[in-house]
Amino acid sequence: MTMQSSRGFHLFHFAAPNTFYPLAGRLAPWFAGLAALLAALGLWLAFFVAPTDATQGEVYRVIFIHVPAAWMSMFVYLVMAFWSGMGIIFNTRLSALMARALAPTGAMFCFVALWTGALWGRPTWGAYWVWDARLTSQLLLLFLYFGYIALTEAIEDPRRGDRAGAILALVGAVNVPIIYFSVKWWNTLHQGASVSLTKAPSMAATMLWGMLIMALAAWAYTIAVALWRVRSLILERERHTDWVSAELDRQGARP
Amino acid sequence: MLKPFVAVLARDLLLAWRGRADVLVTLGFFVIVACLFPFGVGAEPNQLRAIAPGILWVAALLATLLSLHRLFGQDFADGTLEHLLLSPEPTVLWVLAKILAYWLTTSLPLVVAAPGLGMLFDMEQGGLMVLCLSLALGTPILSLLGAVGAALTLGLRGGGMLLALLVLPLFVPVLIFGAGAVEAHLSGTGASAHLLLLSGGALGALVLGPWACAAALRVAAE
Amino acid sequence: MNWNSWAAFWDMGGAAFYVWGSYGVTFIAIVAELLLVFRRRRDTLTRLLRLRRAQGGRPAAASPDSSD
Repeated sequence: MTMQSSRGFHLFHFAAPNTFYPLAGRLAPWFAGLAALLAALGLWLAFFVAPTDATQGEVYRVIFIHVPAAWMSMFVYLVMAFWSGMGIIFNTRLSALMARALAPTGAMFCFVALWTGALWGRPTWGAYWVWDARLTSQLLLLFLYFGYIALTEAIEDPRRGDRAGAILALVGAVNVPIIYFSVKWWNTLHQGASVSLTKAPSMAATMLWGMLIMALAAWAYTIAVALWRVRSLILERERHTDWVSAELDRQGARP
Repeated sequence: MLKPFVAVLARDLLLAWRGRADVLVTLGFFVIVACLFPFGVGAEPNQLRAIAPGILWVAALLATLLSLHRLFGQDFADGTLEHLLLSPEPTVLWVLAKILAYWLTTSLPLVVAAPGLGMLFDMEQGGLMVLCLSLALGTPILSLLGAVGAALTLGLRGGGMLLALLVLPLFVPVLIFGAGAVEAHLSGTGASAHLLLLSGGALGALVLGPWACAAALRVAAE
Repeated sequence: MNWNSWAAFWDMGGAAFYVWGSYGVTFIAIVAELLLVFRRRRDTLTRLLRLRRAQGGRPAAASPDSSD
């Protein structure tokens, strides 16, 4: 009983903006470093260890950023929805800020997945864009990100922005699987089976490892950037508190 | 329980009746958008027949989108919404009544007018039936999802474009299954699977939509 | 080892445009995002510091819209 309450205390301790702010500042560089290391390892595997694909040649090496970026863009939306739900249930201020800090990174990965998909599609399908189920749902996901960012930026009152964004993120998260399913259904009816980008016919173990490590690098990068971004958001939001004044004094004293 | 529901429904229907020009404008928009397509793609009957379901569905979707601001806009501006939110009646209930009134006054006319437009595109009789049915099942989803978007963007500058950005991606599944139903019927595979999925979607939206909409309204009116 | 020479590496079996186009744009997107994040932090700090100086060293007054 006491254990539980003390652990609960710790969680809420770090859920307070003034304790999370320095913690985020300490953690972010480590995650950034981890991301750089993992990316270096992943790129080495991608270019120097993974063999040439028998059917696609060298073009398939796009997979090492395409697939992790696509995974990330979907995960980040789910994490945003998770923080939004937490914010609504527990009414913690930090949750909404985390969701806001994640959105631009998710949109960035979404864009990267689309861009690399198009460049990979040209030699594979003969066109930069086909209305493939995965690409199309990825495009709709990008619109969902844009909608979230536009809505939270358009609302001037920060609390209203937080909550409206949270509702939108949750509604979107319910709809993402429906959108994916419907687009897949539509796609199979309209153009039959298309060559899927992500199914390289002979997936060597090194390819899989390369993809996994790049995905982990994307995770570490996302965490680092979200932590850095949330620090600015916290300062803005808490600007009328004493601890932000103290922090500003420290920053202002620096040359 | 039902009294506030009926009261809000009756009030909104009466208001819509008094401002019936708005309703007619939506209907006119629907008709004109659909009639623009032959000028754009050419009047070749086979081609028009092939794209008719998609055109009519997109036109219905845009007509819904452009009239969504009517759902809460007036009540938000004159303070009625705040009164309703402060009243002891459950929010979900009167929100549902408002959405129903909205559907009856904007989407139902579209459903009724759609077969007439379908004939302009030379659709066959069975296809017209399925089109009507798919619109009747699909437009409630559009209204319910659109209501959430309308509540979220209430009173914001540039709310109209923002609303479009928020809800159009969410409308895509409805468009796919709605237009797909007609195409499936015309191609002979039968529309029942599409129509069942649309009904399922309508039920799901009916359960979750008013709830999310009520939450969004509370946020907007704070 | 996959590559006999650096030239072969950069050529990517003739798919240089697609492979390096993908990796290059991804790299640019990541660098741009990092720059934006750091610029945002700098802007926030300068703005809040200026606000604080304007108010004579007291904490920035809570504006009505940030009553949380």
